[in-house]
Amino acid sequence: MKDKGRILILLFISSEAFFFIALIIAYVFYRNFSNATDTVAKHLEAGRATLFTLCLIASSGTLILSKRALRKGSEGGYKTWLALTILLGIVFMVGQITEYTGLYKEQVKMSTNVFGSSFFTLTGFHGLHVILGLIALSILLVLSMGKLKDTGRSALGGIDVYWHFVDIVWLFVLTFVYYVPLL
Amino acid sequence: MSLFIDIPEGKDQLPSPRSERGLLLWFSSVDHKQLGIMYLWLALIFFVIGGLEAMLIRTQLAFPDSPMMTAEIYNQIFTMHGTTMIFLVLMPASIGLGTYFIPLMIGANEMAFPRLNAFSFWMTCLGGILLYFSFLAGGAPNAGWFNYPPLSEANYSPALGIDYFTVGLILTGMGSIGAALNFISTVLTLRAKGMKLTMMPLFVWMMFVNSFLMLAAFPLLNAGLFMMLLDRQMYAHFFLPSTGGSAILWQHFFWAFGHPEVYILALPAFGIISEVIPVFSRKPIYGYRFVAASSVAIALLSYTVWAHHMFAVGMTYAMNGFFAISSMLIGIPTGLKVINWCATMHGGSLRLRVPLLFAIAFLIDFTLGGLSGISLAIVPIDWQVTDTYYLVAHVHFVFLGGSLYGIFAGIYYWFPKMSGRMLSERLGKWHFWLFVLGFNITFLLQHVLGVFGMPRRVYTYPSDLPYWRALNVWSSIGAVMMFAGVAVFLWNIYRSLKQPRAVKNNPWEAWTLEWYPASPPPLKNFEELPPIHSRRPLWDLANPENPDKRLN
Repeated sequence: MKDKGRILILLFISSEAFFFIALIIAYVFYRNFSNATDTVAKHLEAGRATLFTLCLIASSGTLILSKRALRKGSEGGYKTWLALTILLGIVFMVGQITEYTGLYKEQVKMSTNVFGSSFFTLTGFHGLHVILGLIALSILLVLSMGKLKDTGRSALGGIDVYWHFVDIVWLFVLTFVYYVPLL
Repeated sequence: MSLFIDIPEGKDQLPSPRSERGLLLWFSSVDHKQLGIMYLWLALIFFVIGGLEAMLIRTQLAFPDSPMMTAEIYNQIFTMHGTTMIFLVLMPASIGLGTYFIPLMIGANEMAFPRLNAFSFWMTCLGGILLYFSFLAGGAPNAGWFNYPPLSEANYSPALGIDYFTVGLILTGMGSIGAALNFISTVLTLRAKGMKLTMMPLFVWMMFVNSFLMLAAFPLLNAGLFMMLLDRQMYAHFFLPSTGGSAILWQHFFWAFGHPEVYILALPAFGIISEVIPVFSRKPIYGYRFVAASSVAIALLSYTVWAHHMFAVGMTYAMNGFFAISSMLIGIPTGLKVINWCATMHGGSLRLRVPLLFAIAFLIDFTLGGLSGISLAIVPIDWQVTDTYYLVAHVHFVFLGGSLYGIFAGIYYWFPKMSGRMLSERLGKWHFWLFVLGFNITFLLQHVLGVFGMPRRVYTYPSDLPYWRALNVWSSIGAVMMFAGVAVFLWNIYRSLKQPRAVKNNPWEAWTLEWYPASPPPLKNFEELPPIHSRRPLWDLANPENPDKRLN
């Protein structure tokens, strides 16, 4: 029997990819092909962003470990790594929220100029996807403790693809928004 | 070890109005046949609304200096007409036929994800309702169906109409993406045993290819719409040139969606035509592989042509040249299909019933629309006639002469399967002749109007311009004929639905699997399947002495 859930999630993230490509194109277009000067980039701290990025990458790693533990039949390992994944995801989100509040204090807002608009739109939509992933992972964690263990397991095969996808999207965002302006 | 758990098919029946009585079940059904019919009803309701809007437009333009509508009202009406017909009529109608027939044609009992299917429908429905709610919220959107900024931005269009436009289209876009996800996973996982990808009916092939187009096109539109919404509601600057944004970027996003969208609406019609022509010519399709593969070519090419909508923007010559050439290239796979359909009819014993009539009209009018499209791809001609009625005529030849004729053919063809009753042949012919003649009067003349310089989207015109008056009157007369044709169509549906169910399983003597179960099919489509060894399993079943070549 073909795994229809896996097919669905792969198709879904490829569709999502086009959405993020459009958002990234907007940012790159305004930076490189318009006369406006990027006033947002100088407020961004690439080092700090890298630190929180490492958390997000680590969360992908822990999710792989959690899946591996489940395959080996280790319930305890599965739950522990899953909880760690959620924790790392939350750390990333805390990083993003504190960054937003910091920028707002420096008067960098959605309405400041076109770079404010595209920065908050791009990172905001990514953040929404992280939050969605966190909700899904939390549901998995809750399921793994109750009677619906099997359901949770089969869902893991889809959610992990989604979580890695969100991770990879962030690497592109980090490159184009945080690193390229430094060059 | 795979983590996937194969959940066996439920023994309890899925919720469906067929299994129990109750109004609530209209809202809770996840049965693909029910949802398909609901999509079609949705499309029909909006078709009537959009048609009434078209009649308002033609009444206003029938005479010069018409006092009926103000410019403000006219802008809302033509915007709503275009948006409705594309996103709420042609889209749900093609998706509805796909939802109903893809599982039946591949021998499956359900879609791969029945709940996602219901979700997609209700998102589309909600999007449509929101779009029309704008009339109550201070005015409908009025910046045209492609909603160009800066006109569509808050400082020029402060009314809420365009916000409803963006939110409504985001929702229908999500619905379409959901449907596309479902179509692909259904085709990949639920085909009957023995049915290879190269043995699927061509309608399924086209919808399959089409779904990939939808998955790639709608996210671009949604991204653009979100940016527009943020511009309007959160004071962002994406598309506002006055504050550093770029109005051209919206055009790129919109048309990078918009041109694939043209094929998203055309491919289902191609699929229907590829089913109807063989059955009513009593011959298998000529060049199955070419018809299937040329859809893939169309799908790929459709992503390289979008900027031909923007020749007048002032791009570089290199850009113009590239998009002109790619736009002409896409004529090749499309032309190949037309030749295949003609070759299928050639030498067949044609049964000139209403579905075939619409298919033949499709061949003629869609080819005409394709030819005017090629002429518009030539940059100097485009500069001359863009934003005139020539363009309006072209787009209607493609959307009506192409997509809508295909959908009409499909509805006449599959109505007996969906409802268990035949549509009246006599009324069908009235519908056909009124609609097709009216269509050609209205829109052939509009080519001429465009060449004479009548710009699109003007709410009225002075009386002293040569020929404008006569051409506009005739254009409106044609529109009245089309309207009468649609009225006959509605009467035909109403009349047929009042009759008792009397149709046998396979009234057209067709060969694909959807004609195997009863009409309409029971809640579980197939208790058992015929053996599937070729592209025409029911032909093999009916002619055991002369079966098609075995393909598996």
